[in-house]
Amino acid sequence: MLKLKSPHEIKELQLCLEASETARPCISVCAGSGCKASGADNVIASLRRELEKRNLAGTIDLKSTGCHGFCEKGPVMIVWPEKVFYNGVSQSDAKDIVNSVSNGHKPVKKLLYKDPNTGERVLHEHDVPFYARQQRILFGNNGKLDPKDIRDYIKVGGYHALGRVLTDFTPEQVVESVKRSGLRGRGGAGFPTGVKWEALRKSHVQPRYIVCNADEGDPGAFMDRSLLEGNPHSVIEGIIIGGYALEAKEAYVYVRAEYPLAVEHLSVAINQAEKCGLLGDNILGSGMNFRIHLVQGAGAFVCGEETALLASIEGKVGEPNPRPPYPVQKGLWGKPTVINNVKTWASVPVIINKGADWYASIGTERSKGTMVFSLVGKINNTGLVEVPMGITLREMIYEIGGGIPKGKQLKAIQIGGPSGGCIPASMIDLPIDYEALTQAGSMMGSGGMVVMDEDTCMVDLARYFMEFLEEESCGKCFPCREGTQRMKDILTRISQGKGEESDLELLDDAGWMIKETSLCGLGQTAPNPVLSTLRYFRDEYEAHIRDKKCPAKVCRELIVYEIDETICDGCHACVRVCASDAILGEKDKAHEIESAKCIKCGACLEVCQPKAVLVH
Amino acid sequence: MPQVDMEKVEPLLEQYEDQRLNLIPILQDVQETYRYLPEQVLRRISKKLRVPLTDVYQVATFYRCFSLVPRGKHVIQVCLGTACHVRGAPRVLDRILRDLKLPHAGTTEDLQFTVETVRCIGCCGLAPVARVDNTSTHPHLTQAKVGGLLKKYQEKAEAPKAATPDEASHAKA
Repeated sequence: MLKLKSPHEIKELQLCLEASETARPCISVCAGSGCKASGADNVIASLRRELEKRNLAGTIDLKSTGCHGFCEKGPVMIVWPEKVFYNGVSQSDAKDIVNSVSNGHKPVKKLLYKDPNTGERVLHEHDVPFYARQQRILFGNNGKLDPKDIRDYIKVGGYHALGRVLTDFTPEQVVESVKRSGLRGRGGAGFPTGVKWEALRKSHVQPRYIVCNADEGDPGAFMDRSLLEGNPHSVIEGIIIGGYALEAKEAYVYVRAEYPLAVEHLSVAINQAEKCGLLGDNILGSGMNFRIHLVQGAGAFVCGEETALLASIEGKVGEPNPRPPYPVQKGLWGKPTVINNVKTWASVPVIINKGADWYASIGTERSKGTMVFSLVGKINNTGLVEVPMGITLREMIYEIGGGIPKGKQLKAIQIGGPSGGCIPASMIDLPIDYEALTQAGSMMGSGGMVVMDEDTCMVDLARYFMEFLEEESCGKCFPCREGTQRMKDILTRISQGKGEESDLELLDDAGWMIKETSLCGLGQTAPNPVLSTLRYFRDEYEAHIRDKKCPAKVCRELIVYEIDETICDGCHACVRVCASDAILGEKDKAHEIESAKCIKCGACLEVCQPKAVLVH
Repeated sequence: MPQVDMEKVEPLLEQYEDQRLNLIPILQDVQETYRYLPEQVLRRISKKLRVPLTDVYQVATFYRCFSLVPRGKHVIQVCLGTACHVRGAPRVLDRILRDLKLPHAGTTEDLQFTVETVRCIGCCGLAPVARVDNTSTHPHLTQAKVGGLLKKYQEKAEAPKAATPDEASHAKA
């Protein structure tokens, strides 16, 4: 790889790459973690075999790209330049796809997306309802580029912003642009990024550090992972621009060890950027020296909290420290440090390229730009979604998400992970905006959005989050360590039908106490899932306590499994899967569940075709 | 105390400068090499990095990805993220534990399997999921699929009968 010696050479390289692009078609297969789990690697291998077998490897390109977002329909792919979108592709489709691409591009109809409402096949990605309402300024390039090839990123205009900054901007002007754009931290709390940067610039202490927080610990969220896997250079470019603006020489990216593919792509990308002269000494001939180090987390949720993360980089246990002093005053090794989330860093080149005013024109009064959500749970179109701030939950769930599966009713939307809260279905017209979500008892968080239907028990969910937080509490401060334990105990009791009326008040009191007195963000937000469900779903708690019933039929101690003899066709499927030999009955005769033996694992319910298994 | 092949430690330590910030990366490498953190190795690291053994122990027990006892040949990580939870992951986990005769998450007696719960591996679109040996992700799990999943690795596990000296020493322990 040629070393680039000036900003001008980036532009030249881009033009050169563009010119070398022939009219050759390209099959871009999503190889993000989601599609890989659905078999993308096999699809790519059979496509490659097919192309080689027919001597087409030189005329049709094959590319494995990062996440396209539509995990539900994976593996997905796009055939360029026609931009034909295929979903649910399997190994055996390779022949048909290659046939189609080599013979005048008559699309393979069975692989086109089928609109569930109209039954019609959709040809292009941007016409699929899941994509149509999105505005993908961070994720838009994922489907175009091979994350392990820096040339692909440069071809779509990558590192152009860095070049501009080095030639046309003073560091102060970069900070001013970020400030004017209204960009707020995408990690959860939403602190204005430009203000944070400005605070660091007030200090004259050197060395100073930049940190990228990629410890995406919220269960139900995978936005940062997909960005690092799919477009690592966009994050790196943002960090280098940050390095210029903040006059720092070193940056650390802290990635969860649970994301092996993200770690791999990021280290390849850092290496390539170094070779191209975009990292290291005298970057692009500007005299700027800057390095990025990759640090892997070791599995601790609390390390997403900035002071704990810094301790972890230093090789210590990830225990948080009281703020102030804030990291911009005293951070890594006691030096001024700016920490921002992956998506925040990736937004920086966009702001430089398109202008702060353009960025600020997207979104609402106080929440600017786009936000990336992982839309998951009981929803038809699960996947990664990038939308302008201010979009309503209704648009998210019904237009992009395609509604709730199996005709069930929407019950609640959980936003913000364990620090967030549940928003009831009745508030579905709420706009997505930092302030609106906080007011509703939830929070933006880093972008996890879990949809729940009538089969989700809110008491069980609150217990789930408390159990999670109890496990992940680092134990340093008493309110969080003991408080989460006590709250979990109370919730467990309620879910077992052993709750008392006074428990609700106790939960509420304990919740507020933990919020007010905990040391770090983990504890200060830990009670949110409980407080928000208490606020909106009190009747469900009361049903567990007073009637000893679980309305959603989830809590094991409060339900009974039965077989309806009039429906059961005696197929024996349930008998075979029963974990405790609790199902009696001969083949072809109605079966019966021996309730004393039944451990309520629900395996019979899963396999019963005629739906004869009932839960009371 | 099981016999530990200390020869593997030195080349591993040599890749790093003797600095505190390298403690966690070193422990990660040790965990990968030995499938756990043997006491003798921790003592060696403490000396080499000049970090008190209590600090090394504190770090080793704080983070979830470290283990002080040998892990199984195959590590099954059952995701208990929110999306997996609402789509039935707890039942899948129970099934796996029951089938492996484990009272709770942990390692089977024959050291073939370690079952762990993880909070989100980021495949929420395919919930519930489990990942085996950090590489292969199994999407849309149901209780009915558990048997087949375990069988796949049980067969693999039993095929190469001759255990490496390292494993033999684990088994004795």
